[in-house]
Amino acid sequence: MSQILTLFRIIGAFVISVIRETGRIGVFLAEAVFWIPFPPYLFGRVIKQIYFIGVKTTLVILLTGTFTGMVLALQIYFTLSEFGAESRLGPIVALSLIKELGPVICALMVTGRAGSALAAEIGIMRITEQIDALDTMALNPYKYLIVPNLIAGIISLPLLNFIFVFVGVWGGYAVGIGLMGLSSGTYFGGIKDFVDSADILEGLYKSLSFGILITWISCYKGYFTGYGAEGVSKSTTQAVVLSSVTILIWDYFLTSILVA
Amino acid sequence: MIEVINLHKSFNGQEVLRGINLKVNDGQTLALIGGSGKGKSVLLKHIIGLLKPDSGKILINNEDISKLRGLKLKRLKERFGMVFQGGALFDSLTVFENVAFPLREKTRMKVSQIRETVFEELAEVGLSGAENKYPSEISGGMKKRVALARCLVMNPEIILFDEPTTGLDPLTGKAIHKMIRSCQKSYKFTAVMVTHEIPDIFSLVDRVAMLYNGSILAEGTPEEIQDSKDPVIHQFIHGELEGPLSIR
Repeated sequence: MSQILTLFRIIGAFVISVIRETGRIGVFLAEAVFWIPFPPYLFGRVIKQIYFIGVKTTLVILLTGTFTGMVLALQIYFTLSEFGAESRLGPIVALSLIKELGPVICALMVTGRAGSALAAEIGIMRITEQIDALDTMALNPYKYLIVPNLIAGIISLPLLNFIFVFVGVWGGYAVGIGLMGLSSGTYFGGIKDFVDSADILEGLYKSLSFGILITWISCYKGYFTGYGAEGVSKSTTQAVVLSSVTILIWDYFLTSILVA
Repeated sequence: MIEVINLHKSFNGQEVLRGINLKVNDGQTLALIGGSGKGKSVLLKHIIGLLKPDSGKILINNEDISKLRGLKLKRLKERFGMVFQGGALFDSLTVFENVAFPLREKTRMKVSQIRETVFEELAEVGLSGAENKYPSEISGGMKKRVALARCLVMNPEIILFDEPTTGLDPLTGKAIHKMIRSCQKSYKFTAVMVTHEIPDIFSLVDRVAMLYNGSILAEGTPEEIQDSKDPVIHQFIHGELEGPLSIR
């Protein structure tokens, strides 16, 4: 009997901790969003963070986008050739990139490069009392640290996604036309026929929401970091893991909503 | 005037502050002494509104800081400055930028005025010439002086010092204490200082309060504290290993 009670106690404690954490992270986002319309408007910090989250991730996006498009074309070409449908290579590569792979891989790359760095930077500011120092100067830490990152994430992710899809389509082109001998007209003609604005909007909604998710979770983990170097290290790892998992789960639900 | 009334605070079920009562008059400097990890910094963070009490009041000129929200809290905080244990300087900014930060963010001063004020403050704390260095490039003592300059630049009515000389050699520590005292005389701010620098601190402050078991065991002039017959105070200020205080 006591073992059953212990089991219930453990499950109960786990459920309560999940609910508490969910509540805290929700309140954190609500507070950050609440402060967006109020001055001071820190345009300089937003631009700095766009540079940090967006511009500095561009090279990674160029590389991963190109090779994702190339490998996609290679895999799909051989499958399509079994049915004599090679002409569909262009639209399949483009749609996969626009609707799914572009936003998701892009978000995972930003999480790995910028999300971890955000959590570490804010975490170090927390343990060295720099956030408290802001507070004692009567400056709102949310306004100075969280809001610029959220806005930068919302702006950067769709732009990075656009770059990813663009180079990915050209990567597919290089394989399809350069290696497999398809005609350029077939490749781009198919894309023109099959890709419409709804597909592009789907990718845009996804990358926008991923931009919020990454900066929200990473900033939260850094803001409420544990003690010392170990605390920051844990927060950084948790920020990457939680962001990555959330991106994939949210991707499924958002896709379900958009498809419906 | 700062007045703490029956302040209680617990963390994870452990009661750190158990009914603190303390008063600091305008223009006075109060040293807060007591064992490590006994809640002195926690008390400071309550006074400046970084932590909310479980119960009790913290009155700053008769306004309870723990009850204030929004703009009222912001206005009250603007009258404060705090020098943190490690300085809490923004590590991505230079010394100049750190001191200029509150002026840039909170005033409408012109760039030239900011520049002039920052240079004046840095000269006041003996740091002329270190403007372009980053916090990682300067010593612990310099960091504390930059933190003091960053506080003074806004001319606050109250400054809280969290162990301003911890980790410094005795000479630098004394120099920092002397500098705080001289700044206090010229700027006339009220100061609360958490410190372990006994007996040096007795010649620098107006009042001393000792925190023990989560409450104020004694409060008085440095002479009164030094002459106290209380065995706990006697053991603590003389650094004796034998006595009612246990070392954990």
